[in-house]
Amino acid sequence: MCVLAHVFEAAGIATVALASMLPVAEKVAPPRALHGEFPLGRPLGRPGDPEFQHDVLARAFALLDRTDGPVLESHPEVIEETTDAVSCRIPAAYDADASPAVEESRGIRNAYDRIRERRGVTSVGRVIDADGVPAALEVLEEIAAGAGYKEVDLPGKNTIAVTHDIRTYYEEAAVELAEGPPADGRAVEAWFFERTEAGRTVLAAREAMREQGAPFPFWFYMAPGHR
Amino acid sequence: MSGDADMRAYSATLPAPVFAQLAFVTPVPLPEATVAIVTSAALHRAGEDGFGQADTGYKMIPRAARDLVLGHWSPNFDRAGFTADLNVVYPIDRLEELAAQRKIGAVAERHVSFAGNQPDDVATIRHDTGPAAAAELRSDGVDVVLLTPV
Repeated sequence: MCVLAHVFEAAGIATVALASMLPVAEKVAPPRALHGEFPLGRPLGRPGDPEFQHDVLARAFALLDRTDGPVLESHPEVIEETTDAVSCRIPAAYDADASPAVEESRGIRNAYDRIRERRGVTSVGRVIDADGVPAALEVLEEIAAGAGYKEVDLPGKNTIAVTHDIRTYYEEAAVELAEGPPADGRAVEAWFFERTEAGRTVLAAREAMREQGAPFPFWFYMAPGHR
Repeated sequence: MSGDADMRAYSATLPAPVFAQLAFVTPVPLPEATVAIVTSAALHRAGEDGFGQADTGYKMIPRAARDLVLGHWSPNFDRAGFTADLNVVYPIDRLEELAAQRKIGAVAERHVSFAGNQPDDVATIRHDTGPAAAAELRSDGVDVVLLTPV
């Protein structure tokens, strides 16, 4: 982002960058940057809070009045990510023949459909859609149980894409199921990886692939690095 | 270490390009300026081809588009905020409000999306696709760009 600021400025367009990684902003030194110590993925700070977002924009645009640079300032408010999972009740699906993860994924389908309808869009769909989530979980269960990652029928043959779609399916449903204002940064991620059968299945498959000697990117990027 | 602290510590170890000269444009006053958003969230419209892994290209987003998919490949940041409110990544509705209040001159008719997970040398966005996107915005009469990272 800071690199693009230099590029756009050189093309004759004034820029102000919202910077989320202070060490990068310091090194790349874009013409004007407002650093925000906000949860990564939330450069405007708070979802559903137009007042706060306008405050960020006002402080950023104020840097356009400066006559020389580089300018790097920080927003005075720090918003820390949470390590606590959002409270989110998963409806039961009652399918005795399905594995817990598959049953769970069917249980949240209505919530997923509701938020998709309301938003008019979903970020699920890199290699599977919502209909493909139960079967994809079954494939990850096979890997976790010892099947070779090259031998199973993984959609798109891409572990990162499949786990992206499963996680996004769950996280979009969680935003619908959670009560109250939007959850803190990473609270929904914590819910997926710590509270759901699907999250546990992803982590188990990831560990199994690591033990099988799969190339580092194939398994590592199935989940955030700190997990 | 928490996920964000982990990523911020990691970012400090990444190579960073050096810009020998600092381009620094003095814009027209903000109430007269046409403003565009350039994001690295790999946003793209539903039904449109997404971004590949380490994609160095960009996509133009029409001003009215809200059917936006978060196409970034990294698992290392929060996505639930975007699901709840796209403005936390792409503050298009906030820009519309600023234009209605005459605090900015106009909202650009097109905005730009890149993928944040670029190859380490960032050579293509620096020398090819970045300048190409800037030329498109210049042709639209854009005076000011707000860059939003993911």
